[in-house]
Amino acid sequence: MDITTSPIQSAPAVAAAGLVKSFGSVRAVDGIDLHIRQGEIVAFLGPNGAGKTSTIDMLLGLATPDAGSVQVFGESPRGAIAHGLVSAVLQTGGLLKDITVRETLDLTASLFADTRPVEEVLQRAGIAEIADRRVGVCSGGQQQRLRFAMALLSDPGLLILDEPTTGMDVEGRRSFWNAIRADAARGRTVLFATHYLEEADEYADRIVLMSRGRIVADGTTTEIKNLVSGRIVHATLPGADPVAIAALPGVDDVEAKGDRIAVHTRDSDAVARFLLTQTAARDVEITAQNLESVFIALTSDDAAARPAGAASVIATATATATATASAPEGARS
Amino acid sequence: MTTAPASARLTLDRRVPPFGGFNLTYLRIELMRKLRNRRTLIFTIVFPIALYVIIGVPQVDTPLTATPIAQGGPSVAAYIMVSMAMYGAMMSATQTGAAVGVERAQGWSRQLRLTPLNPLVNVIIKMIAGMLLGLFAVAATFAAGAFSGVQLSAAQWISTGLSGWILAAAVFTALGLMVGYLVPGENAAQITSLAIVLLAFLGGLFYPVSSMPDFMQSIAAFTPVYGISQIARAPLTGEGLDLLWVVNALAWLALFVAGTAWAFRRDTQRV
Repeated sequence: MDITTSPIQSAPAVAAAGLVKSFGSVRAVDGIDLHIRQGEIVAFLGPNGAGKTSTIDMLLGLATPDAGSVQVFGESPRGAIAHGLVSAVLQTGGLLKDITVRETLDLTASLFADTRPVEEVLQRAGIAEIADRRVGVCSGGQQQRLRFAMALLSDPGLLILDEPTTGMDVEGRRSFWNAIRADAARGRTVLFATHYLEEADEYADRIVLMSRGRIVADGTTTEIKNLVSGRIVHATLPGADPVAIAALPGVDDVEAKGDRIAVHTRDSDAVARFLLTQTAARDVEITAQNLESVFIALTSDDAAARPAGAASVIATATATATATASAPEGARS
Repeated sequence: MTTAPASARLTLDRRVPPFGGFNLTYLRIELMRKLRNRRTLIFTIVFPIALYVIIGVPQVDTPLTATPIAQGGPSVAAYIMVSMAMYGAMMSATQTGAAVGVERAQGWSRQLRLTPLNPLVNVIIKMIAGMLLGLFAVAATFAAGAFSGVQLSAAQWISTGLSGWILAAAVFTALGLMVGYLVPGENAAQITSLAIVLLAFLGGLFYPVSSMPDFMQSIAAFTPVYGISQIARAPLTGEGLDLLWVVNALAWLALFVAGTAWAFRRDTQRV
């Protein structure tokens, strides 16, 4: 394989700085910086109204930022689209109901200078059998796959997906992500917004968490989980002495509900050892923090009320993300 | 979904399509959509022919001017034939313009914004498809005329057909586009269809303006169908063009084009 030295091969897939977008008095996007290297699979997480869709619209040139700059492969969003470098599956994208699936793809393909063959994307999106069906009679899931096929036509360097698996069944969702994974191996960058935390956990290299128009955390899945540190030790212990347990090294918090206690700790081994040897505790369980607890911790009202704390979390996460992620990039090229 | 047959490494050296994405595949699909749409075919082709058969055919032997038909004078049927052909071309043109509004409401124009297609080129492709359907409508109505015994000189066939087609397409595509951009959704098509019937009546396509009451005549002269239909039918009588007709046609065209341009700019900013 040739080592291409053209500037575009080394340009970041996304370079956005200080993006701001307001709708009336509402600041949908409130000054975000986003830097995505080529080949990354990035999950864009956040509750409804966090500003994910508005950010995506600006990356695609569908909306103009009020302030800040955005570049896709070193070009303006519109320029990147004209070159077929970026494509997207959006929630809002409409389809012509009176033409067939294949005609939709023929039409889309005719608008680009270079495209993959229509037959190939039909196969890859799993809609080859319904190619001659009118779009209007296709199910929601089939229409979503058609949008995916349309997005694959230009063989984009960056694929942006807004809630891509909505309306798909479990099997459809799995094969969809397998296709995305196979693409990423070829060097395609993928940015997807989702509210399925397990999708982000399982398929993304990196998670960008948005809340109230700001990025509140940015890092690898593991790093994000570590933001809410430690594990939780559960046990059934009638007449527990919370003060004694809280005094153990590493314990952050002790909750008691009836006979059941939950100990948040950075040293779960010490807590478990104490409970099993010094007390009558039984049914001891140790659970890791999951993405959901992080998600709730970072996007809750409580988190917003302590902006200083949240800011330091981002700084740490971003720094580690940059350090760990630069290694595979060098190895690849 | 099967695994990727395309395993080659992704390259990013891409070209931009020429002519803002203009291409014949898109044009062909647009035209197919119209020809497959039964309602479009009924309103643009069946309806004008039917009206011609009902109103025009019985007057194949009625002379339009002082010149008898036997001496090469035009018949009233020829006059009605040109009017109906224009009605078909107008219908096709307005429906085309209005379809832009419908497709925007359905989110299709947003989808197209993810492709290199220039929004203006999109409109141009649709206009061409609409004009081609309008040409079918004119040709079909003229064929019905010829079949029923309308006799015109070659110059008259061509000049009435071409001017009727082009004038109707120009003015009414602009009207349809303007309404399509201003009125979101399916309503655009219904509003324009209704408007066309009303304007066609006022402009003298269904009923000669000269037979209308005086106050109707003076209103008719200011409506958008009047100017273009008078110009298109002028070759039948051999009279010259009235300056008022030309002013009428140009003024309405300018108004609709300006309205479309304004609405279009507003629309692309919003997408």
